[in-house]
Amino acid sequence: MMSQTIKIVVVVLALVAFVIIVPTSGSFVVLLATRAMAFAILAMSVDILLGFTGLSSLGQAAYFGVGAYLTAVLATKFHFGLGWDFWLVVVLGMLIGAALAAVFGLFAIRAGGVYFLMITLALGQCVWGLAYRWNSVTGGDNGINLSGRPSFGLDLSNEVTFFYLVFGFFAASMALMYVLIRSPFGRSLVGIRERELRMQILGYNTWLHKYIAFIIAGAFGGLSGVLWAQTNGHVSPETLVLTTSVDALLMVVLGGAGTLIGAVIGAAIVFGMREYLSTLVPWWQYALGAVYVLTILYLPSGLMGVPARIRQARANTAAQNVVEANKELATKT
Amino acid sequence: MSEQTNGSETPVLELRGLCKSFGGLQATRQVSLRMMPGDRKAIIGPNGAGKTTLFNLITGIYPVSSGQLFLYGRDVTKWPSHRRTAMGMARTFQVTHLFPKLTVFDNLLLAINGLRSSKFVMWRFLSSYKDVYEKAERLLSDAGFLDRKDTEVRNLSHGEQRQLEIVLGLASDPKILLLDEPAAGLSSGETSEMARFLMNLDPKLAILLIEHDMDVVFDVASQISVLHFGEILETGTPAQIHASAKVQEIYLGTG
Repeated sequence: MMSQTIKIVVVVLALVAFVIIVPTSGSFVVLLATRAMAFAILAMSVDILLGFTGLSSLGQAAYFGVGAYLTAVLATKFHFGLGWDFWLVVVLGMLIGAALAAVFGLFAIRAGGVYFLMITLALGQCVWGLAYRWNSVTGGDNGINLSGRPSFGLDLSNEVTFFYLVFGFFAASMALMYVLIRSPFGRSLVGIRERELRMQILGYNTWLHKYIAFIIAGAFGGLSGVLWAQTNGHVSPETLVLTTSVDALLMVVLGGAGTLIGAVIGAAIVFGMREYLSTLVPWWQYALGAVYVLTILYLPSGLMGVPARIRQARANTAAQNVVEANKELATKT
Repeated sequence: MSEQTNGSETPVLELRGLCKSFGGLQATRQVSLRMMPGDRKAIIGPNGAGKTTLFNLITGIYPVSSGQLFLYGRDVTKWPSHRRTAMGMARTFQVTHLFPKLTVFDNLLLAINGLRSSKFVMWRFLSSYKDVYEKAERLLSDAGFLDRKDTEVRNLSHGEQRQLEIVLGLASDPKILLLDEPAAGLSSGETSEMARFLMNLDPKLAILLIEHDMDVVFDVASQISVLHFGEILETGTPAQIHASAKVQEIYLGTG
């Protein structure tokens, strides 16, 4: 097993390399990386639920959506968040995501397994319906176009500057969630994932722990939405459609649930494949679908589970060799 | 709490006329029981007598149909499990309920944190809590598990898992420990080891035991109650129960 310190060093080095290389690789890659990072925050928030708490949420796009719509509505209707007050929008985006999760959690957390999935799906679709129908605020099907990115000393309309900003948020979210999952609270979530009844008998109010985790995931979902709105300059019901929730969930499964890095790798692969494949072949969605199906069938622990599988395979062949050697010895004697 | 000072008078646990029905099935009928600090009692009875149901009522996993439940004189009948644990109750499960994919040490850490307010801390690594780590080490070394602390629980033998169940129960420093068939599925050697392990526990700890293995029951318990169709038929010392005609009848048919 790689020790935890080595893992952290590897991740930090990879991030440093990433932030040095990407800005020199052309505007297409910069935009792609920015989008992937903004969305990866959502994927990590799903991982907190799916990978660490064992709750598969299909409604995470709701928090992403309210964060994005909040940014767009404030910017276009109130000219708010275009200067230094952008930071306030970030805070508000996290708060509205958390608040919505606090309401939805009251309905969803009482259920488990597939019922939790269905309830979060339904609640997510409610928010989508609201965005679609509430024309006066959300612009209905047309959505809202943002006039431009905020500028406060830093000019965020410059793609590279904006890339650095989003990278900052991404890295900070990852660090915060890393501390969270290694904290006593985060470990309690893993215990709930493994065996909830035992946790109750050990004195944990498991409902409360799941509820808090749900709210935290909602807050990060909101943050992800704020950044997404600024990245794309456009928010529409398409932003919080069911596919967004499914994408986030599949990214986590692809990368490996229960590892924050897995969610990030999943996001990177999906965004990369989508952008590059879609320019190459018209049937790129089938390729992505095949990747998902193969991962779930053959790599249930995702790409992050590959090293463990290789180690296990090696251990098995080693054990096999010992058995065969013993057999040979037995036949000889 | 004043209950702590006159602890010898207040029962740790008291059941008054506890009943539970599932639809038409009366699984528990009018069960009353009283546990003083340091009491070692056992409940025996044939399969389906309602022993585990009774434990699930005591620990709050099922709501009771009627009757009352007291911990240190406080009515906890309607309390959720985790609050009863905070009052000093711990239990083990008949079917092993551990965290199979976590290491022995991580299992202990979770168990110890159950009653600490630090379980809600999310801005500090768990590994920075030296006292929790020291307590986990101490509990593991007391139970002779220290050499296997980094083993994943699913890789332990069945007997080891049964013992670890009890160690997890002890991690919250309980005043009363409910053991649901601790010797289930153990070999005879492991069973006598388990009985020794139980007899070496803190004498102030009250233990209520469900067990099929009579050797363990007679070793550990000073009082035995016989449960049959959800009802306590007879209560007495091991010798009385051993000689009872009624018990013979239940266990051996018409006898």
